[in-house]
Amino acid sequence: MSMAVVLLLIVVGSVLFHVFNPWWTTPLASNWQQMDDTLTITLVITGAFFVAINLFVVYALVRFRHREGRRATEQPESKRLERWLIGGTTVGIMALLAPGLVVYANYVRAPHDALVLEVVSQQWQWRFRFPGADGKLGASDARFVGAANPFGLDPADPAGQDDLLVAADEVHLPLGRPVLVLMRSHDVLHDFFVPSFRARMNTVPGQVSRFWFTPTVGGRYEALCAQLCGVGHPNMRGFVVVQDVAAFNAWQAALPTFASTQAKAAAPAGAAAGSAVEQGRALADAKGCTACHTIDGSPRVGPTWKGLYGKTETMADGGRALVDEAYLRAFIRDPQARQVKGFAPVMPKIDLSDEELAALVAYIQSLGSAPTQAATDKGVQR
Amino acid sequence: MKPATKKFLTHYVWSQDHKVIAIQYACTAIAVGLVGVVLSNLMRLQLGFPGQFEFINAERYYQFVTMHGMIMVIYLLTALFLGGFGNYLIPLMVGARDMVFPYLNMLSFWVYLLSVVVLMASFFVEGGPTGAGWTLYPPQSILPGTPGHAGGIVLMLVSLVIFIVATTMGGLNYVTTVLQARCEGMTLLRMPLTVWGIFVATILALLGFPALFVSGVMLLLDRTLGTSFFMPALVSMGQASGYKGGSPLLFQHLFWFFGHPEVYIVALPAFGIVSDLISVHARKSIFGYRMMVWAIVAIGGLSVVVWAHHMFVSGMNPYFGFFFATTTLIIAVPTAIKVYNWVLTLWHGDIHLSVPMLFALAFVCTFAIGGLTGLFLGNVSVDIPLSGTYFVVAHFHMVMGVAPLLVVFGGIYHWFPKITGRMLDDRIGKIHFWITFLGTYAIYFPMHYLGVLGMPRRYYSFEGYQFIPASAFSLNTFITVVALVVGAAQLLFVFNLAWSAWRGRPATANPWRAASLEWQTPTTPPGHGNWGPQLPVVYRWAYAYGVPGQGEDYIAQNAPPEAGGLEPEARGRSEGEARGAPA
Amino acid sequence: MNASAALRAGVARGGRPPDTRASAAGIGLWVFMGVATALFSLFVMAYVMRMNGSDAVAIPLPWQLWLSSTLLAIGSVALQRSATAARGAEPARARRLLWAGGLCALAFLAVQLWAWQALTSTQVTPAGNPGAAFFYLLTAMHGLHVMGGLAAWAWTVHAAWPDPAAAAWRIALCARYWHFLLAVWGVLFALLGWVTPEVARAICGTP
Repeated sequence: MSMAVVLLLIVVGSVLFHVFNPWWTTPLASNWQQMDDTLTITLVITGAFFVAINLFVVYALVRFRHREGRRATEQPESKRLERWLIGGTTVGIMALLAPGLVVYANYVRAPHDALVLEVVSQQWQWRFRFPGADGKLGASDARFVGAANPFGLDPADPAGQDDLLVAADEVHLPLGRPVLVLMRSHDVLHDFFVPSFRARMNTVPGQVSRFWFTPTVGGRYEALCAQLCGVGHPNMRGFVVVQDVAAFNAWQAALPTFASTQAKAAAPAGAAAGSAVEQGRALADAKGCTACHTIDGSPRVGPTWKGLYGKTETMADGGRALVDEAYLRAFIRDPQARQVKGFAPVMPKIDLSDEELAALVAYIQSLGSAPTQAATDKGVQR
Repeated sequence: MKPATKKFLTHYVWSQDHKVIAIQYACTAIAVGLVGVVLSNLMRLQLGFPGQFEFINAERYYQFVTMHGMIMVIYLLTALFLGGFGNYLIPLMVGARDMVFPYLNMLSFWVYLLSVVVLMASFFVEGGPTGAGWTLYPPQSILPGTPGHAGGIVLMLVSLVIFIVATTMGGLNYVTTVLQARCEGMTLLRMPLTVWGIFVATILALLGFPALFVSGVMLLLDRTLGTSFFMPALVSMGQASGYKGGSPLLFQHLFWFFGHPEVYIVALPAFGIVSDLISVHARKSIFGYRMMVWAIVAIGGLSVVVWAHHMFVSGMNPYFGFFFATTTLIIAVPTAIKVYNWVLTLWHGDIHLSVPMLFALAFVCTFAIGGLTGLFLGNVSVDIPLSGTYFVVAHFHMVMGVAPLLVVFGGIYHWFPKITGRMLDDRIGKIHFWITFLGTYAIYFPMHYLGVLGMPRRYYSFEGYQFIPASAFSLNTFITVVALVVGAAQLLFVFNLAWSAWRGRPATANPWRAASLEWQTPTTPPGHGNWGPQLPVVYRWAYAYGVPGQGEDYIAQNAPPEAGGLEPEARGRSEGEARGAPA
Repeated sequence: MNASAALRAGVARGGRPPDTRASAAGIGLWVFMGVATALFSLFVMAYVMRMNGSDAVAIPLPWQLWLSSTLLAIGSVALQRSATAARGAEPARARRLLWAGGLCALAFLAVQLWAWQALTSTQVTPAGNPGAAFFYLLTAMHGLHVMGGLAAWAWTVHAAWPDPAAAAWRIALCARYWHFLLAVWGVLFALLGWVTPEVARAICGTP
């Protein structure tokens, strides 16, 4: 008997839970209302089946429980009932599938006039690109990726010269205009997912994937990576700002073009060729440090190197440390030994000879300032 | 070697008796399953109390997630249903003395054990076990940035290859025994549904595991020889790699071509077993036996054309979505038929709420949830915002973790008296049941809502994500506490098994008064050769319950023909003709 | 022998007299061939899908493959004739042909290794291009199945030597498996030789 009571409580409890719990879809900020509607239809139909089946079991448990002298009635099958059940179920299934496929047909065909946005994913950050005035995205390939060309664009492709690059984690979009999101990855599978937009897709290295949506509500939305991509997966956060067209145009106009970033990179650094600093600069590129550390002040997966040397860094455990030569050497040699506050402990151990290490440290030093004498109160660690 | 030692080794270690091999499989699977439970509890500690346990860092978290998943799906559920239940029950239920290839059967267990050892060894290599997720997707599974990308992934793949060899050896036995070694009178349509479920699941395993083998070997070569089967040109951690031209999606197609049938390899035996549990403990024939058989076969057949519903947002050709959503929703029809037939068996039954029946009823309730939420995920456009969220995690745990596991428990409580000659303790059984059923429901039902909210899966930490309300973190803490309690409660089950095997109340030969053949052995536990000098002869199906005009409310399958109780399709014919064709 | 001894013997052998054992083994072999067919079919599909890619280049197959194919074919014929001879009560002939069948398979493996060596000496390595990777992989997979067959053949030689007629069913099963391996090799050879990237693209509809 307790089983019947418990099942009844489960049914009632589950329905009440559904009605009163605070967790349902995040408020919709795109045109994909139809996805939410189909979700609701599915919920209603499956919910009805769930309640019906369980209530039937509850009734059967009470009515047909074992009592002295009772025997089961022999009733091995009923072709007629089976036919009705198959028919009814098929109707229910079709009622779910039909709207689902109609919505999907819409999903696979982007509107012609959509604004093109490229999302480039890599462990563990997002970058964005818009086609420039020519309306075409330039060609890209993994072999072009480097410190000066993080998007991996083909410098020889004229269509890419005017492309607008967003090297930070935040992209803006105009309200009300359909967006066709084309996606690439430099390394592994990722997934650009903004829950409020509903639409999303995996990014796959070696191909371009796509989805489309129309932002309908202004605001600043968090983008997550939704395909496991290594230890930095939960830290791969991006932002999408939806704003009115005028503000968007102003923002977009201020973006650098690919051509201008190439010109800036070509300008020589202030150091003589062959010096330790120049060697360190080359190493930072070759060893992949610049994948996570910028030199322009913006924090990415790791702290920026601009102004790093000489700074007093706060560690994750609350302690403070002065960033000097000893700190840098120790950190590069054993990145997992300590963790800087605000950054995930995902730095890999890179193979460097002592000479290379010295050059790299010299380069980082050249981007910072002289160490201050004031080492603060509790535990300056070396 | 002393003769007594030699005898011990032959009877209990290198045994070729299917019953001993079954117990060896079951004990190994349960032991490794307990490791899986511990791993899940460690994961939940991080999710429920983020950052409080320093030794659970991001690397270890992903290693726990991966090993938990792989252990539970492959090394526990598949091995237990096929190697454990299959080995014990098939010969007894079809009236055979043993499996048709006993030596191969023995080998299959030792090869399985080897695969478990290799898997566990990955905990001890440099870099630890792989943390790539149980799906092991390239490119990340073999690149730096993922834990265990050096040694751990290699050992995982080698272990899987070894497991596949073991499963093939076992599978050859199960299929051939069912086709070849049924006793006289045991037609295919007189076999209990337990055998049908395991039989079709084995065929799926034999045809599906090769896909895992192919993808696993090719991934291993990409990792060890630098081939580019799945690896496109890529830049990893700022370093250009030597790979080019490979396709990560090719891996996914191969993996899921195995992966989807795999869930039915776990589910179909559970379907078969629960049909028998409900039937015996409600003293009524399973409703619509032949429809149930066709449903099992249809589900098995359809299961090979639905795989890409795991790939709706993978970036594959979008037009595939139409096809796979349709096939996935079609497979819901035979599955629903089974649910209806289970509950219709209760109708006008004589329901005994024994511990096996409690587990069977809990299966129906939780499988209903798990199966119905599958309709959300199979419907491609509804899946798009739900993929990669906790909705998926809740769905597959309900439908593969909770429901089949409840059947495992129910089945063990049911057949324990036959295996050991003793009953499992009823009181401990009921406590174990209630904690497990209510606990797992409380864990996974609310979890669906976190997924609808958009909370992503395989996240070590959700710190800093504004769209996730504080209440979701509280729910995570609640779920963790319940999970720890449920995990601990499984020790009750293990204790019950061990204690009752030694000191349990002695059981009669057929304590549940069941009609199927395994209960009709001359001795309990069955001796070597199962049936004594004469093989049984069967005159009816396995569900002769509640036959009117009889003293007992059941008629054993091998009771003389005069006792009646024929299967429905034979009732039109006269007594003399209704014996059924010899095997 | 008395009843209990017969029971023990029957139980030890799975409880069935030899002719049911033969048919059980026969069914077991068909099932295993089904599994191997599934395996190789998946490899073939993976090959076609991968050779579709823009970096795929057809590799020239070493001439040794023609030799190894011939050896495998001869082995198949030898085993088939051995089975017939065993049933036809010609034990000496059956034994000779049984040996020949196995030795041919062994020679096949040796020549396949020779083919590998020929390829690696021209700098064609697995990591080089997908065609090469698949060549080594597919020949290795097939070779492993041949080795498994040789293990079964060795057991058959041991079991059939005293009385080939009684064990004719074992030789027949070896023959069946050898024919299967020959058929699989035929498909793989054709695949590696004639399904070039152009053909693969045509199959997949890639422009």
